[in-house]
Amino acid sequence: MPELAMRDALRQAMDEEMSRDDAVFVLGEEVGEYNGAYKVTRGLLDKYGMPRVMDTPIAELGFTGLAVGAALAGLRPVVEWMTYNFSLLALDQVVNNAAKMRHMSGGQLKCPIVFRGPNGPAEFLSSQHSQALQSLYAHIPGLKVVAPSNPYDAKGLLKSSIRDDNPVMFLESEMTYGMTGEVPEEEYLVPIGEASVVREGSDVTLISYSKPMLMLHKAAEQLAEQGIEAEVIDLRTIRPLDEETIYNSVKKTNRAVVVDESWPFASVGSHVCWLISRNCFDYLDAPVELVCSEDVPMPYNHNMELAVQPSVEKIVKAAKGVSYTD
Amino acid sequence: MGKLDGYKKDQLVAMLRDMLIIRRFEEKAAQAYGLKKIGGFCHLYNGQEGVVVGAVAALDMKKDYLLTAYRDHGHAIATGMDPKVVMAELFGKETGCSRGKGGSMHMFDVEKHMFGGNGIVGGQIPVATGVAFMQMYKKTGGVTLCFFGDGAIHQGAFHESANLASIWNLPVIYIVENNHFGMGTAVKRVSAVEDFDVKAKGYNMTGTTVNGMDVIEVHQAIQKAAETARKEGRPALLDVKTYRYKGHSMSDPAKYRTKEELEEFKQQDPILMLKQDLLKAEMITEKKFEELDKEAKAIANQAEEFAEESPEPPLESRFEDIYA
Ligand SMILES: Cc1ncc(C[n+]2csc(CCOP(=O)(O)OP(=O)(O)O)c2C)c(N)n1
Ligand SMILES: [Mg+2]
Repeated sequence: MPELAMRDALRQAMDEEMSRDDAVFVLGEEVGEYNGAYKVTRGLLDKYGMPRVMDTPIAELGFTGLAVGAALAGLRPVVEWMTYNFSLLALDQVVNNAAKMRHMSGGQLKCPIVFRGPNGPAEFLSSQHSQALQSLYAHIPGLKVVAPSNPYDAKGLLKSSIRDDNPVMFLESEMTYGMTGEVPEEEYLVPIGEASVVREGSDVTLISYSKPMLMLHKAAEQLAEQGIEAEVIDLRTIRPLDEETIYNSVKKTNRAVVVDESWPFASVGSHVCWLISRNCFDYLDAPVELVCSEDVPMPYNHNMELAVQPSVEKIVKAAKGVSYTD
Repeated sequence: MGKLDGYKKDQLVAMLRDMLIIRRFEEKAAQAYGLKKIGGFCHLYNGQEGVVVGAVAALDMKKDYLLTAYRDHGHAIATGMDPKVVMAELFGKETGCSRGKGGSMHMFDVEKHMFGGNGIVGGQIPVATGVAFMQMYKKTGGVTLCFFGDGAIHQGAFHESANLASIWNLPVIYIVENNHFGMGTAVKRVSAVEDFDVKAKGYNMTGTTVNGMDVIEVHQAIQKAAETARKEGRPALLDVKTYRYKGHSMSDPAKYRTKEELEEFKQQDPILMLKQDLLKAEMITEKKFEELDKEAKAIANQAEEFAEESPEPPLESRFEDIYA
């Protein structure tokens, strides 16, 4: 199988869906002539031209709302936000319009739209440019939230997201656009709403999604060296959440550590911890642990910014904690 | 009337000196970035020095305020912040103006009335309008300078703010630093109009086009706008044409523009233009200019040494500065 970088896997997904369905179009800042701030949309303008690829002014609320309208009227927009930090300027259009139109119209309207871009901590960017915002969006009924961790899932999930008739928040990461992985040449889809068990183990379940999956793999290896066999779950989709895969694993291992780049308060991580505590209560041998970002805005200084985020060491420590082998 | 009439020599030399310090500071910052002493986004101000230096020279920073976007090193220095603490912030050190928490995009000095350093395109515009609201409320006689880019003017934040400033008589001066590009996007590709002064009309305020490569022209335009803002509380919009010599940030090779265009603007470099004006008026000599430049280089070097030698912030300080 050919190895592809994350950014190229994402581009292939858009490219294939654009040639399959001419209602699919891409818009955002620098997506056309500049080929994308992170080069994810490279070549799409050349291939499809306008209006299939539209460079927008820096006006997130406006162009996001425009895309919502186009979706309600039958097109299938893929909105690129240069980063999710800037999605906050468009929050109203996402939360009050994209997420609500189906319900408020009594099922008459549908809003097939994908909002994609990098989310989560990057490096040396301080507080406004380095935030994990998935919990905000996961809170909203009417939205789906997808967060792949590798090129294979990214491509398959983006294709499914573009074909989905609902608004999908598609979360990428600045830090992993260059990460490579195997992607088959033949077409495939990865369904929204299915987690995957990426490593089997009997002693503790490690659960995460998106970029921290890289840390989970390393943590599992370190734990194995110390005699602890971790089962590793990649949620891949945050909403709808594949609860069954989580519970099946925890019922087997009796211990769970959830890893999330979000802040702790009312987060994806804290929600998953609560679900496990409630639904696997009789199976748990230890309280569910949460490894998340510290409850502070991101500092610029590199040592500090590393200190506030989840790390392999923190995950290993938590896993040993719930295993009482500290 | 001559262009320099009414100006004192000291004032003009001070503007030249400030522009040189900013230019040399940015060159040092670029070097340090190459050495990985500075990380992340770092937006340099080379070429645009005339805008902030001309503007701040027209202010009284005891009662006036300044807010800008992420391309803020020059604004920090122009408001009187010590280049040392600006460089230390770039290095993420404890001695930086924001204690290593803000970095390049977030220079702040509350005492000097420099309220940032904002990373969200357009984010500072309503905030600056709010500072001007305080000035109206307390009748301080001060004005607020709100700098933003040609890309930022299309944000709703600008349009909502401009209307508020006009209906409530707020002494805010909106300064578009029109360097012709927002990242890789030329103004005409994303704007219904090429000159932004026309937008002022829709908000019943004065709109002016200014040559930002000429520090004297900027100074005069801001002086005029500030006077009206102080006396009548009327806001203004200035479309200040300028150019950035470097890429958008350190990672941008700037392939979207021609060498010729860049050269054309370098011919009107704000430092060179003022130098020539001053030579012609016999207010400085070549030798004096060399001295000023040497001094600017020394200041940039000292800033870098200071930053380099400064300690890392204590790790525990990440839990500080979250709530007042
Ligand atoms: C709300 C928001 N959207 C997008 C960005 C990414 N971004 C950073 S700078 C920039 C271009 C801004 O151009 P302009 O306003 O002309 O300022 P300049 O960089 O030219 O000084 C963009 C799109 C951002 N920081 N904030
Ligand atoms: Mg610009």
